Amino acid sequence: MGLFLNIVVDGVAYGMILFMIAVGLSVTMGLMRVVNLAHGGFAMIGGALAHVFGTQMGLGFGLTLLLALAGTIAIALPLERVIYRRVYGFGELQQVLATIGLTFLMIATVNWWLGSTLLAVAMPEILNQSVDLGFRTLPAHRIAVIGLGLSVTLGLWILIDRTRFGVRLRAAVDNRAIASAHGINTDRIYMITFGLGAGLAALGGIMGAELLPIDAYYPLRYMVLFLIVVAVGGMGSILGSFLAAIGLGLLETATRYLVPDLSTITFFALVIALLAMRPQGLLGRE
Amino acid sequence: MKLKNAVALGVTLSAVVTGAAFADTIRVGVIAPFSGPFALYGTQYEQAIAAYQAKHGTSVGEHEIEFIFRDSGGINPDLSRSLAQELLIRDQVDYLAGFTFTPNALAVAPLITQSETPTVIFNAATSSINRDSEFFLRTSFTLWQVSAPIADWAYDQGIRTVITTVADYGPGIDAENGFTAAFEARGGEVIDAVRMPLSTTDFTPFLQSVRAAEPDAVFVFVPGGPTTFAYTRTYNENGLREAGIEFLGTAETEESNLQALGDAAIGLNTAYHYSAAHDSDMNREFLAAIAEMDDPAAVNWASVGAYDGVHLIYEMIEAAGSDGPAAVEHALGLEWESPRGPLVMDPESRTVIQNVYHRVVQRNEETGLLENFETGIIATVGDLGWDQ
Repeated sequence: MGLFLNIVVDGVAYGMILFMIAVGLSVTMGLMRVVNLAHGGFAMIGGALAHVFGTQMGLGFGLTLLLALAGTIAIALPLERVIYRRVYGFGELQQVLATIGLTFLMIATVNWWLGSTLLAVAMPEILNQSVDLGFRTLPAHRIAVIGLGLSVTLGLWILIDRTRFGVRLRAAVDNRAIASAHGINTDRIYMITFGLGAGLAALGGIMGAELLPIDAYYPLRYMVLFLIVVAVGGMGSILGSFLAAIGLGLLETATRYLVPDLSTITFFALVIALLAMRPQGLLGRE
Repeated sequence: MKLKNAVALGVTLSAVVTGAAFADTIRVGVIAPFSGPFALYGTQYEQAIAAYQAKHGTSVGEHEIEFIFRDSGGINPDLSRSLAQELLIRDQVDYLAGFTFTPNALAVAPLITQSETPTVIFNAATSSINRDSEFFLRTSFTLWQVSAPIADWAYDQGIRTVITTVADYGPGIDAENGFTAAFEARGGEVIDAVRMPLSTTDFTPFLQSVRAAEPDAVFVFVPGGPTTFAYTRTYNENGLREAGIEFLGTAETEESNLQALGDAAIGLNTAYHYSAAHDSDMNREFLAAIAEMDDPAAVNWASVGAYDGVHLIYEMIEAAGSDGPAAVEHALGLEWESPRGPLVMDPESRTVIQNVYHRVVQRNEETGLLENFETGIIATVGDLGWDQ
């Protein structure tokens, strides 16, 4: 019973961190249909800015988070205008090449600017404590990530399913030409959505930094992790990414408790089996 | 390599070696990562060499010494081998040095044996490397050399049961074997040996299982950087420290990432051969020399490995010039004082015999920075893995 509870608690906590770092990607890659391998780059930029504002300059956590998110979006928007706007029209392979190139550029820039060692992101004191759950303790920052993950899911669902912006976005993604003909400013919609994706990436990078620490090689190190969540969840589905992240978190945690030596093999074997049965992912559209 | 090629190479190389004997510039080829995720090593080697040359000059006797740097990127044995070949044949180097990763060092073994080129390993820490060529000399350490002493220290502290948790790759397994052999020889018990996948990001499941088993201590070996960061965080956050399960490690608290580990690192026990906080005038002088460089890199074991490696090369050149076998002969048994303490080049294993210190992470009150505070010497040992 103790073991089962441990698996559930740790699995959900880990899964929520996976969701937080991948949700931005399910916006850009899932909704906007651009294979954005530079997603981890935006997460790293967010983390690096948080390191500079919080750890080097000593600003408070709230202000640091705000500035880092604003900073990342301020970098993402011009990139969207200059580079991504051209990338949307490319074939998938060209998108992969273009965005991986961008990733290398981001890595080299951060490496030159801040070096290749770990970039600590200072968390507020309250998140550094351990919370007693009765049968064990859980770090407070993981509980914060669980709460944040749930609110982001809810927020995105309202935004996409329940607002006028969401309707326009879905229309623009499904048929850009007809959407424009109806007077929707699709360029603007794409730009805002891309900024949203980059902002979410930065948020995930910063909040997940206690588990997946920020350094210059972050985008490459965790790229597989982001891609698995989106691929298993299904392209274009925020709820799918959410379910996939929690499921994968539980699965990985369970294998590590039960068969530690074989955990990686078991994990990937199950992911492969799932994708073989449902190539479009859990909730993906055909 | 095909026999014909091998002979051809041998002939070329011996011509090179005899030719170089009359030159008054002796070249040293340094093969190390200067780009990519491990570029820090290259910078550390370069700065340690510069610091040594600033103090001791760029010539020994009538020989001018020139270092040539070549970028091996990450783990890339093929590239390492072709760089060595190019350095030996085209640049006519008489000494090789550097080598951060074991496979990169192993790849040059046949070349240096054939060309009789003394090769000083600044870092790569697998015991078996030196068996592959008698021209390898190592100024770093081996994994056995540091993981056995921490077992002794633990036993002396009254620790009787341990769970080992190591990253599932060569060095991790070496460390696990070294620790277990020493701990069991003393009468301690390793109740479980966990090998964690290298790709692990969340260590909670492993550490919760350790906590449930209630050993006296947990021994760990994971690669530096993100992995160590996540491991130490998880160790603290899951209350292993409060449960009285001691942390036993080696290089986990190394200086380049130590500040990023934050307060979570305070109190961690490690056994290692070098701490930047080592209390000696020579070490302070070394740190000051590095601090004067443009954009100084953090000083850790890789810096001191290179610094001592250069010292060894200078000694060999002074005694034997470019005569490889005579140089190695001179190096064996050589004693000198290093920023880390006294060193002896073990004639048998060709790895330095050195002090292994017990350290605990503390916050220095003056500087406010974290440091590995040395509490004492556990053992003065050579490569304990040589006979395994």
